[in-house]
Amino acid sequence: MSGSAVLLQFLNGLAGASSLFLVAAGLSLIFGVSRIVNFAHGSLYMLGMYLAVSLSGTLGFWLSVPLAAALVAAAGLVIETTLLRRIYKAPELLQLLATFALVLIIRDAALWAWGPEDRLGPRAPGLAGAVAIAGRQFPQYDLLLICLGPAVFIALYLLLSRTRWGTRVRAASQDREMAAALGVNERRLFTAVFALGALLAGFGGASAIPREPASLQIDLAVMSDAFVVVVVGGLGSIPGAFLAALLIGEVKAFCIGLGYSELTLAIEFIVMAVVLVFRPWGLLGRPLAETRGPGTLQPPLPAPSFLLLGGLAVLLAIVPVFAGPYTIVLLTDILVFALFAASLHLLMGPGGMPSFGHAAYFGLGAYTAGLLLLRAHLPMELSLALAPLAAALGALVFGWFCVQLSGVYLAMLTLAFAQIAWSVAFQWDRLTGGSNGLIGVWPAPWLSSKQAYYYLTLVLCLGAVALLWRLIDSPFGYALRAGRDSPLRAAAIGIDVRAQQWAAFGIAGLFAGVAGALYAFSKGSISPETLSVPRSVDGLVMVLLGGVQTLSGPLWGAALFTWLEDSLSRGVEYWRAAIGAVILVLVIAFPRGIFK
Amino acid sequence: MSCKVLIYCLFIAVSSDAFGQGQSIKIGELNSYKVFPAFLEPYRKGWQLALEEINRSGGVLGRQVEVVSRDDGGTPGDAVRVAEELISREKADVLMGTFASNVGLAVANLANQRKILFLAAEPLTDKIVWENGNRYTFRLRPSTYMQVAMLVPEAARLNKKRWAIVIPNYEYGQSAAASFRKLLTWAQPGVEFVAEQAPPLGRIDAGAVVQALLEARPEAIFSALFAVDLQKFVREGSTRGLFKSAAVVNLLGGEPEYLDPLKDETPEGWWVTGYPWREINTPEHRKFRDAYQKRWNDYPRLGSVVGYCALYAVANGIRKAGSLEADKLIAALEGLQMETPFGGILWRPLDHQSTMGAYVGQLAKQGGQGVMINWHYADGAKHQPSDQEVRALRKE
Amino acid sequence: MSALEVRGLSKAYGGVQAVRDVSFSVDAGEVVALIGPNGAGKTTCFNLLNGQLRPDSGEIALAGRSVVGLRPHQVWRLGVGRTFQVTATFSSMTVRENVQVALLSHHRKLFSLGKPAGRFQVEEADALLARVGMQQQAARPCAVLAYGDLKRVELAVALANRPRLLLMDEPTAGMASDERQALMQLAAALARSERIAVLFTEHDMEVVFNFASRIIVLHGGEVIAAGAPDEVRANPRVREVYLGNA
Ligand SMILES: Nc1ncnc2c1ncn2[C@@H]1O[C@H](COP(=O)(O)OP(=O)(O)O)[C@@H](O)[C@H]1O
Ligand SMILES: [Mg+2]
Repeated sequence: MSGSAVLLQFLNGLAGASSLFLVAAGLSLIFGVSRIVNFAHGSLYMLGMYLAVSLSGTLGFWLSVPLAAALVAAAGLVIETTLLRRIYKAPELLQLLATFALVLIIRDAALWAWGPEDRLGPRAPGLAGAVAIAGRQFPQYDLLLICLGPAVFIALYLLLSRTRWGTRVRAASQDREMAAALGVNERRLFTAVFALGALLAGFGGASAIPREPASLQIDLAVMSDAFVVVVVGGLGSIPGAFLAALLIGEVKAFCIGLGYSELTLAIEFIVMAVVLVFRPWGLLGRPLAETRGPGTLQPPLPAPSFLLLGGLAVLLAIVPVFAGPYTIVLLTDILVFALFAASLHLLMGPGGMPSFGHAAYFGLGAYTAGLLLLRAHLPMELSLALAPLAAALGALVFGWFCVQLSGVYLAMLTLAFAQIAWSVAFQWDRLTGGSNGLIGVWPAPWLSSKQAYYYLTLVLCLGAVALLWRLIDSPFGYALRAGRDSPLRAAAIGIDVRAQQWAAFGIAGLFAGVAGALYAFSKGSISPETLSVPRSVDGLVMVLLGGVQTLSGPLWGAALFTWLEDSLSRGVEYWRAAIGAVILVLVIAFPRGIFK
Repeated sequence: MSCKVLIYCLFIAVSSDAFGQGQSIKIGELNSYKVFPAFLEPYRKGWQLALEEINRSGGVLGRQVEVVSRDDGGTPGDAVRVAEELISREKADVLMGTFASNVGLAVANLANQRKILFLAAEPLTDKIVWENGNRYTFRLRPSTYMQVAMLVPEAARLNKKRWAIVIPNYEYGQSAAASFRKLLTWAQPGVEFVAEQAPPLGRIDAGAVVQALLEARPEAIFSALFAVDLQKFVREGSTRGLFKSAAVVNLLGGEPEYLDPLKDETPEGWWVTGYPWREINTPEHRKFRDAYQKRWNDYPRLGSVVGYCALYAVANGIRKAGSLEADKLIAALEGLQMETPFGGILWRPLDHQSTMGAYVGQLAKQGGQGVMINWHYADGAKHQPSDQEVRALRKE
Repeated sequence: MSALEVRGLSKAYGGVQAVRDVSFSVDAGEVVALIGPNGAGKTTCFNLLNGQLRPDSGEIALAGRSVVGLRPHQVWRLGVGRTFQVTATFSSMTVRENVQVALLSHHRKLFSLGKPAGRFQVEEADALLARVGMQQQAARPCAVLAYGDLKRVELAVALANRPRLLLMDEPTAGMASDERQALMQLAAALARSERIAVLFTEHDMEVVFNFASRIIVLHGGEVIAAGAPDEVRANPRVREVYLGNA
């Protein structure tokens, strides 16, 4: 690269960093104060884009930006007061579930309001052209963006450090109980901070329209970018978010500048993984202020009911006698996802480790099964038997890094690894078939009828669930749970908590791999979607819907979610929103999971 | 509580399986309507129009045609389940649909396993008729390879030596780039490829990509970008002066789905494949366009034509076969000739690809809208590799 | 050789020197009190001893073996049991299960996938609970216990390992006066009968003077006095900084 090329790519990186910072700052603020991991932050950004594009038609671009931001802030206010406020007391992960439901609802609402077409916004009047920099043309608007990031950063910094309100926000994010004891009105503060975060998201979206069309897919993409920035910077740290946005913006620009554009598929996740391995709390983050006391209060875990499982097995075994073939297909899917959810539950429940990237092991199992069958020409039965081992191995490798962390950082590192695994599957065309995946992964002839495969799935899935339950009830499971209940106490009675967690990763990976391999053979093909974020999120939703604090909850959650999706997508126009609404109702009505 | 819920679920699942069977011919249609609504709404309107026309004229084999349409969820796994539902619960006689290549391939693979005819309407991947082609799968739209082949003569005529490539990073883009390199090098020995950019689909960092292309000083650019990526690329490229110094050839760029959002920023002079719906005035197209506009009060997109032709292809195949048996349907479709709004097409017995073509032309602006000019129809039959190559790929 | 030997132990948090050049020893069978006003560095000391914190400098030896740099679970394997100032128990488990987990660890069965943990050494667990007077509540979930009862469970858990050294951080906080006496009575008896070295912190001076055979006084992270109860009571520095405030 020539000197001027470097300069220009540096400026491109700065412009990208500014937009990243605007979304990330709001997310970081909200998390810092209310500890809510707001999945819907990208949706608020998307809302800002659509509003700005529509408003700019009548009001012009410059007026539409602040107005759109204000409208999104108002939406944030409504969301906080009508929904989030009800569930602050609920377990953290349930709040995540609620915000995920919002993602589904907001996306369908946008589809309903603005239609399916992408909407390209206007150029910014007065800044539509380019200026010559080092003999190259550089967009004027990008120069404005480059200034906007630091300007918002300084404004936030002054707000937080120079005003009384800011002091309260900082107090609340450092020590919630202390702040409450000092008489900070939590409710008002939470509402205000959420609205401010929404304002920033809306502003970020609105100010992006000269560079980026409003589209329905933008929400999750922005959400994951913002998460990465917030985590790399350190949760709740605004300067950290600023630094991380700069880092990621520049790394991306130079990947492209140097001709490695394929890397941008996962580069931010690679950066995040590296940062978290070396700095477990992000660049400028501090260890999360733990809630008072060396352990969190965990409700008891009921003993496994093998009777229930046996009854279920019998019931399911006789279904094919009277049910049609499609019921069997659907039940096969449900069983596979039930095992997937149960394996995730081992980590999330007794392990106390929220994994946002569990699909990695599901996908590893599926891909290994497919590769062994198609590339190594092993018999199907052997491929099915070996695939889970590869998944377990993958889980052990990823898990080794993950168990060094905890909480949201751990969750984000699992996500990063899953994204990296996904991008490898996506990119390694020769081996994995790239974005198309592997085709022709069918079971052996004796299993090729739907019934036979159903019985295989039934036996393996319920058998695996029984093993998992047994394991949770075993000394290993208790020691794992001990490490979750009180890491201090566990260590003080000789439990190496990380070793316990690491082993749990391997076991959860193994069983997720069983589910993945079964899935592959039931579908006949596999594509990178099996290890993508949405698949991981589905798993999370299933576990949380059923209830983390139960053993059978994940099974019911998987059944309910899969069945809802199947039946709603057939009959309901806005079925994603419908699923979101069902989840919201359930979250509010049963804050501990439905089957509690 | 949990037991009751389970039993209830089972009950519903079981009871809804017991749907009765009518006398109509059932076509199971599945597509990613919620993931790609912008492209699939026109497609849906297209086949709905065809369905109404067919049934109004008495149906097929004396029976009414019924389309059972489903959202396939946009992922191969879900799509396979939905296809299973169409096959086993709805007792569909034929499957039709899909958009993304990975979903199309997964459903084709299932069709092969379940021995049911599948008419892949939208997927572009070459593999669905070649490497992963199978007896039961037919594909309507001109493939990535065919559309590249249609553009290469124009690219060669530009007579530029230094080419850059920009593609979305997935199979469609990769195979477009590979075909383009191969075919252009044939047509114009001595061309150089000086840069290749492969940003993630839907997530192009257009400023940096345009900048990187500028640094390579290409004389011409081959792009396979579409949708959001194309819009961002066009805007950044014109602001930064990329298109002043480089001619552009853009696959799919003239399809109304991708062209219309560009409005007055439509880059002039680009060579594209597309669908100039306003200007095609052959009797068969005019008839289709009038009917479509009358029915939907909207102009047709390319997806409309695809949906319309796909259902007609199924109906014509059944009519010719005189039966709903898969083997007879395959025999009937192989070599079937039919009229479409684009003119006559043939379903190649060799690889089950239709010879539907595309329009090749240049982009221009008219009244703040993007249009295609200097266009001609490129017949799909003429833009295929040799039969020998195809046979080798199909491993038959 | 002393059960516990500490030499020149120091630890700072950022700018705060929490423990400065502390040296002392505890012999097997001896009950020693570590006292000092709030913030004196007692808890920090305990955390250094069981490996939860790493000292900036200094040496810690258990029966002659250095433990500096070992992690808490490794220190525990060398026979160190502890209770926490803010009780730490497994709240999703019953009282008995809490003890059973400690027994499982003692018998190195933490990775066993075998028979359910709830059936492991039930009698032994109940015997330990009986010792601290908690046998009646064995089946109750820990999450519902009164604070004083939690302290007792912690003691039973700490004893599961047959420790050589017992660290008790404010073991009687939250108990009524007679309960305090009873609990310390038990600890003292154990120290004598099983030759356990006991180091405890305590704010109740009556308890301290009743049960400690020696007292170490910390102030601002430094040892300002150490010796028999009477000597310490008489120490003018102690009276000034500590008893004067009490
Ligand atoms: N985690 C910590 N971070 C910073 N300072 C701490 C921390 N823990 C304790 N301190 C400080 O170290 C000193 C000693 O504390 P501590 O050992 O808890 O005293 P004690 O147990 O005698 O009351 C106090 O000044 C306290 O504020
Ligand atoms: Mg203390």
